[in-house]
Amino acid sequence: MSEVSVREMAKKAEKKPSAIGPDIDLNAYSAEVKEHGKIQKLKELSGEVKEKAISAGIDAEEACRSGSFFQMDHSVILSSAYQNGLEIMSSTEALKKYDWLQDYWWKAVNVDADKYTAQAELKQNHGYFLRALPGTKVEFPLQACLYMTREGLAQNVHNIIIAEENSELHIITGCTTAPRVRTGLHIGISEFYVKKNAQVTFTMIHNWAEDVEVRPRTGAIIEDNGVFLSNYVCMKPVKTLQMYPTAYCVGKNATVRFNTILFAGEGSNMDVGGRVFLRAKGSRAELVARAITRGGDIVTRGHLIGEVPGIKAHLECKGLILSEKGRIHAIPELEGKVNGIEMSHEAAVGKIAEEEIQYLMARGLSSEEATSAIIRGFLDVEIKGIPEHLKREIKKAVSMGEERLL
Amino acid sequence: MEVAGGREMDVEVIELDMIEINNLTVSVEDKRVLKDVNLHIAQGETIVLLGPNGSGKTSLLKTIIGIPGYKVESGRILFSGKDITGLTIDERVRLGIGIAFQRPPAVRGVRLKDMLRICMEKRGDFKEEKINEFARKLNLLNCLDRDINLGFSGGEIKRSELLQLLAQDPRFIMLDEPDSGVDLVNINLVGRVINELLEKDKMASKRTKAGLIITHAGYILDYVNADRGCIMLNGTVICSGNPRDLLEDIRTKGYEGCARCLK
Ligand SMILES: Nc1ncnc2c1ncn2[C@@H]1O[C@H](COP(=O)(O)OP(=O)(O)O)[C@@H](O)[C@H]1O
Ligand SMILES: [Mg+2]
Repeated sequence: MSEVSVREMAKKAEKKPSAIGPDIDLNAYSAEVKEHGKIQKLKELSGEVKEKAISAGIDAEEACRSGSFFQMDHSVILSSAYQNGLEIMSSTEALKKYDWLQDYWWKAVNVDADKYTAQAELKQNHGYFLRALPGTKVEFPLQACLYMTREGLAQNVHNIIIAEENSELHIITGCTTAPRVRTGLHIGISEFYVKKNAQVTFTMIHNWAEDVEVRPRTGAIIEDNGVFLSNYVCMKPVKTLQMYPTAYCVGKNATVRFNTILFAGEGSNMDVGGRVFLRAKGSRAELVARAITRGGDIVTRGHLIGEVPGIKAHLECKGLILSEKGRIHAIPELEGKVNGIEMSHEAAVGKIAEEEIQYLMARGLSSEEATSAIIRGFLDVEIKGIPEHLKREIKKAVSMGEERLL
Repeated sequence: MEVAGGREMDVEVIELDMIEINNLTVSVEDKRVLKDVNLHIAQGETIVLLGPNGSGKTSLLKTIIGIPGYKVESGRILFSGKDITGLTIDERVRLGIGIAFQRPPAVRGVRLKDMLRICMEKRGDFKEEKINEFARKLNLLNCLDRDINLGFSGGEIKRSELLQLLAQDPRFIMLDEPDSGVDLVNINLVGRVINELLEKDKMASKRTKAGLIITHAGYILDYVNADRGCIMLNGTVICSGNPRDLLEDIRTKGYEGCARCLK
């Protein structure tokens, strides 16, 4: 597909609302920003920026990272890889450098899906390009931080992640705003290509300001024996968040796992799902979500589509309601199109059982301590298949959220 | 009871009631579950509570520990002379009351091991090595890393309740049917641990603990010595006496015999 036609498609979809989630007036986010100067190391960031980045899972020391990417507003201020076989740069730059990148641009996400994808094409502000060359296995995760410093700004990024054959990539993406910022719009397109025998773990930690609106649009294509593990943590309030990442298992034994952890405070509206098309024999998918509300509104969706025999998929969603107000709506969908598939789901939404609190109190915990122990237990999702240090990052992000929560 | 020196004062100290329940009437959701219950348990004493299903035994224990749904209509509960009727569960536990529930809930995400640590920390004496030591005593090493009670067998639940009590080390110990669902191999362990909790190895006058044990079939009496037995019927303690005699009466005449005896 030529670039012209992509732009034309985007133009046609410019006003197309998303099928789900509250509609956003894109014109409300038209603040302008200056370019920010480049840095050599994340250590050079100011204390304030560093602190916020750290709260979104970024390691400012870069000691245990094999590469860093930092985008502040519309400027890529740092992109460097610390291991051979890894490429990390602005996706705009990569598009100029590699003609073949056209074959990956808008191939896992439709450019005309809605006005957000359209805006990302028409008003793109960089985003990252990460690539592991064939056989490259990262020792430490790569990290990418998307940072917004300007009130009322729209940040429209387009990320491309390619794990070539037999490679292994671990990525942590932290998205956050400067302390004074309250409002903003973040549109993030992420297209993942997991080639034969490759593995990608992607951990995204969102730590936005209370009135930010967030529209990630994610697609992943997984080939033979490829593994795509995606972890998403949002423990801080946002105004509206809507995403429905979609993975396509197109190769034999392709495996996908989504883990999602959400907390919605009063005034937060979250609509987060996961969808997997199982299109090749031996494909596996597992979707696990934990949602907690204290006054906020959460819709958690899951959709598994089994298209060929010999696939296996499971969906699990648990919701916990901590206050009188607040709502959790779990929508699990299973769609089987042939015989010989194994798909199941499990969903439960409710309040903390008084009996459990009383039980812990009978062991000496106060009512508050008992409640936090149960919440901590609820959020303790077993995150399979990812390295220990990544698990620690996720635990850290969750427990930082817990502190605010309890 | 023979007391060294035989002075009045010593006698008083020894006979200090650890728990004193006076004219206790309790309802759950407007249903009366306990009626005018009176029960005194002295320090060093172990009492077994017998009674048919639904007679109110569990309700009595839950009221003593302070479960909110069990509303005290009248009467009061004293622990070591202090009125605890209005205290929360954890406040009572902090004073030294402990309970092994008949049917405890499972708590997802809280491991048995975490619970033992919490129990020890709460009494200000956490020793990591005690976790395995206690678990070994109850043959529960393989359950330590599991979520508490989640998928535990009936016997494992009973032993895990006792295990938590070992970590808590309360002064007043309430056990709700610690013997039901426990197989013959493990009932020995259970009996041994109950004796340890109640300091049965010490002379009666030296014990600082007291116990209230509910048993349905009375199996536990083959392993644990009780000083006194009480029978509960329709929410009231109707009589007390030698536990073995009471059990023998129940075995031969059934609880119908008790009802007749009342008339
Ligand atoms: N939480 C409760 N809600 C409703 N009824 C209860 C509750 N607890 C106890 N009861 C009722 O009180 C009576 C005594 O129950 P319980 O104390 O469990 O007896 P036992 O332990 O002797 O078998 C029963 O009729 C039971 O149904
Ligand atoms: Mg009972």
